[in-house]
Amino acid sequence: MQEFALILVSSILVNNFVLAQFLGLCPFMGVSNKLETAIGMASATTFVMTLAAISSYLVNSWILQPLGLEYLKTIAFILVIAVVVQFTRMFIEKTSPLLYRVLGVFLPLITTNCAVLGVALQNTAKNRTFFEASLYGFGAALGFSLVLILFSALRERLSVADVPQPFQGAAISMITAGLMSLAFMGFAGLV
Amino acid sequence: MPEMSSLELLLTAVIALVALATVFGVILGYAAVTFKVEGNPLVDQIDALLPQTQCGQCGHPGCRPYAQAIVDGEAINKCPPGGQATIDALASLLGVPAPELDAEHGEEAEVKSVAYIREDECIGCTKCIQACPVDAILGAAKLMHTVIVDECTGCDLCVEPCPVDCIDMLEIPQTLADWHWQAPQTPAQRFASENASGTTISNTDANLIATDRGPDHSKDHSKDHSKDRAA
Repeated sequence: MQEFALILVSSILVNNFVLAQFLGLCPFMGVSNKLETAIGMASATTFVMTLAAISSYLVNSWILQPLGLEYLKTIAFILVIAVVVQFTRMFIEKTSPLLYRVLGVFLPLITTNCAVLGVALQNTAKNRTFFEASLYGFGAALGFSLVLILFSALRERLSVADVPQPFQGAAISMITAGLMSLAFMGFAGLV
Repeated sequence: MPEMSSLELLLTAVIALVALATVFGVILGYAAVTFKVEGNPLVDQIDALLPQTQCGQCGHPGCRPYAQAIVDGEAINKCPPGGQATIDALASLLGVPAPELDAEHGEEAEVKSVAYIREDECIGCTKCIQACPVDAILGAAKLMHTVIVDECTGCDLCVEPCPVDCIDMLEIPQTLADWHWQAPQTPAQRFASENASGTTISNTDANLIATDRGPDHSKDHSKDHSKDRAA
């Protein structure tokens, strides 16, 4: 039990995908303008990332490893992720049209979120068990969501702040992200 | 496993990937059938005809919800900003007779108008900002508000909540500066409007033509024209 708690804390805070490993920066900068869309994106990414971690683990241990095809794992995982995203899109369109309208173009964009591929590749590189791998995927997604939502809340405040002219727009967002990353470095010794 | 030749390795890789892709394809194909959404294209068509003022005078939170309600059987004459033209278009789309505008929901504005805040009287209560359906009012608490003219749809929902009555609806008369030729229709549009809204528009057109060139006057007209040409 303690081991699983450690995996969660490690993936959410210490090895946070965005702020410590610098993966998935595009949605982090792109979808963080409004809190509402950030929450939608975060929930969709959480769903996809967990599912992708599980299914890529299955593909790796049932197909790639027995056949000695580990060198194909990148292309196979990209395939897996694309299918999971497409499946999620259909599922959301059917079950929650409102969420589907809110997410809009961001849902297909999860395909290109490198954090999703990163989770799958790290799981195989570190030889995790099935449960560890799926928990790690879920934790990484929670960490991504946490940071994305925090950052979008910050940016909503920033948009009404009196920012000096040269720092307005993307510049102040980058600086804020850097400061957040510095703050998350503080978790480094936790686990 | 015995040592495989490079050809076997290659074949295994190709077959494995193809098999993987096929399985995923089957899963997605199955999902596409199971999660098929019967979207109602009629809602989109009705939504396209509504004026998109999002004013809520029909009793719905916006134009799209009203479009949905029309599909579910609500009356089509509840849109004052669109006026009779919208009702006619909706009636022809749905194949029903066009009713008069329901006075209960407001009257059709003759001239397009825009809200104007007398800024020296504004006390900064933000009530009009909350009322505005299209976020066309700018301002903050205890600071003066003003209307973004380009965004204002003239729905006059902000007039009612103002505690100091400092909002006027100004009419925008058409001037030479903002008068435009009507955009030419594409052949497809013309075909659609002739077939769809033919009941109302072409009837009035036909009446106009009939009164203009009645059988009695046709000769006079031709005479006039010949006179003009001669002169």
